[in-house]
Amino acid sequence: MNWIVALPEIVLALSGMAVLIAGVFAPRPGAFQLTSMLALGALLVTAGLVVIAPAGVGYGGLYVADAFSRFVQLLILAGAALAIILSLDFNRQEAELARFEFPVLILFAAVGMMIMVGATNFMTLYLGLELQSLALYVVAAFARDSLRSSEAGLKYFVLGSLASGLLLYGISLTYGFSGSMSFAQVARALLSGTPSVGLVIGMVFVISGLVFKVAAAPFHMWSPDVYEGAPTSVTALLGSAPKVAALALLLRVMMGPYGHLLSQWQLLIEIISIASLVVGALAPILQTSIKRLMAYSSIGHVGYALMGLAAGTQSGTTATLIYLATYLFMTLGSFGVIIAMRRQGRSVETISDLAGLGRNDAGLALAMTIFMLSMAGVPPLSGFFGKLYVFLAAVQSGLWTLAVIGVIASVVGAYYYLRIVKIMYFDAPVRAFDRRSPSLSFVVAASGIVTVFFIIVAGPVTAAAQAAALALLG
Amino acid sequence: MIFAHIFFYVFAIILVASAVMVVTARNPVHSVLFLILCFFNAAGLFLIAGAEFLAFILLIVYVGAVAVLFLFVVMMLDIDFSELRAGVQRYAPIGGVIGAILFLELVLVLGGWKVSPLAAGLRLTPMGYGISNTDAIGRVLYTQYAFLFETASLVLMVAMIGAIVLTHRDRRRSKSQVIAQQNARNPADTLAMIDVAVGAGVKAADIRRPDPALERPGEVVVLPDEETHEPVLVAPEPRSH
Repeated sequence: MNWIVALPEIVLALSGMAVLIAGVFAPRPGAFQLTSMLALGALLVTAGLVVIAPAGVGYGGLYVADAFSRFVQLLILAGAALAIILSLDFNRQEAELARFEFPVLILFAAVGMMIMVGATNFMTLYLGLELQSLALYVVAAFARDSLRSSEAGLKYFVLGSLASGLLLYGISLTYGFSGSMSFAQVARALLSGTPSVGLVIGMVFVISGLVFKVAAAPFHMWSPDVYEGAPTSVTALLGSAPKVAALALLLRVMMGPYGHLLSQWQLLIEIISIASLVVGALAPILQTSIKRLMAYSSIGHVGYALMGLAAGTQSGTTATLIYLATYLFMTLGSFGVIIAMRRQGRSVETISDLAGLGRNDAGLALAMTIFMLSMAGVPPLSGFFGKLYVFLAAVQSGLWTLAVIGVIASVVGAYYYLRIVKIMYFDAPVRAFDRRSPSLSFVVAASGIVTVFFIIVAGPVTAAAQAAALALLG
Repeated sequence: MIFAHIFFYVFAIILVASAVMVVTARNPVHSVLFLILCFFNAAGLFLIAGAEFLAFILLIVYVGAVAVLFLFVVMMLDIDFSELRAGVQRYAPIGGVIGAILFLELVLVLGGWKVSPLAAGLRLTPMGYGISNTDAIGRVLYTQYAFLFETASLVLMVAMIGAIVLTHRDRRRSKSQVIAQQNARNPADTLAMIDVAVGAGVKAADIRRPDPALERPGEVVVLPDEETHEPVLVAPEPRSH
């Protein structure tokens, strides 16, 4: 039994438990601070282990560590760490949020996400997904005295359970018709002959369940409500690492066991992608709350990422991975700015509250401008490269309709991103925000640097993504 | 063999009938009781299929813990079930349509039943005759599937943390016993020996009403106004919560 391949997960899970114990015995007022720092240390150590841990299949084919899982796991760990840093200050200012369980739950969610992307068996996939989801349901409802947060948590939980049910039903059909839970065995069983209707229906259920988790268009109804209701530090987490993990899982499942059914699912993914692009382009125009706007905008981004999957090729997989890497930092950076939106100790959430930020806080306004332009896909910034690669992949696979709709959607989407820039610089200033904490400035600055100077590291990142795609398809 | 068939149909009919009663019973307590009947009959079906471990787990976990918990919830929470049922008339048609579509899909699935030819070779070989269910599960659960077993335990732990995080409030209303503090207490902190002259009264000997209970030895307590000398009933102050 080659147990060492899951060493990073084991270490992260054990340190999660250790941090929990430390939180229980730590003196009360400082417990949140202490566990957050310990959790950050644990994430850092795990990231180091992910880099040096040996690749290979372990646990009798239940789990794999390869270039693909390594690439995505590093993104997940970065997302979780930045989300914890964002929560450091925010949670202390909001009542009831500065409890030591918060970073512990994020650590366990990270363990679940890491297991998801390394899954090579449907049972591993399901357990990893449940571990991640369960921890996220709890943090979404973490502000238990706030009606909106409780509602968000409950809504997320009920709809997430429904999606899990769909996924399990699809897995059971797949198992029944192919005879195995293992990805490799399912792929081998599908090699011969035309697939049966039952298997295709099972696959559609699996796709529905997973697509629900990434909040792509026909299954996106929950996401704006949950994004708006959850505490902002939680929304920053929800929008970053779990999306990356679930999309990576979707890549692994569609390219692995269902890889031979490409002709069956390509159109389906294409339709989901187009629907997400349309929703992501049109729905944000009407929003007044910046958190809802980010929710709809992230639906659009999922649409672009799915474009690479719809291509169904190695270059498509590479493109999706690059898109996810750029998306993670843009999102966390913009949520850093949203968390900084506070007046007299109370957080404000409407878009019009940003008015005059260019005069009140030039640095923050510049950072937000960078993130918005990058999301719109303006050339030197990271968002441009992500979009470029997915469009190229779609065109190479002959998906012209999808590529054209993608370009149109990004032009329409540029409207509301630029509107935020216009509000910040040209609208009459309202009162300045409270002084932002150093931890927020750190996250915003780090994400901003990654977004601006992505062009310098584009080569190595692309090479890593190509290696990851090769590991997945090779 | 004929007995097995008869028992199968008896268990199956009672199972379906009681499942219908779970949904339709007016009294929620009756619903839970029918649910327990459901579980018993399902356990019977498992026994007929030769899965005795599952049968007993079903009884122990679902009847012993889950159904009893349901009963507690139904009885302790004030849920207006007639209000929950109020929408049935309105939502029945659309629910029926969705049910019909799902049923049609299931028929399609069964109609297109075609197992991949390579799939038959992937089926796990059943354990030999001398080995019981429990033994067979135990042989793979902690060896081949140890990774999944441990992941499932993590899921349960997150559920436990979640339940505590979302519901537990640190109430200061209840008083807990701290034995170390009790043992560290000196008699001098609480007891004073005083000789009282006969007929002089206790006030002359400077004996006051008892102090309020101390949080810890040597704590300074500010008493209410001494001047008025009103008989004040000293009760342990409810601490802030």
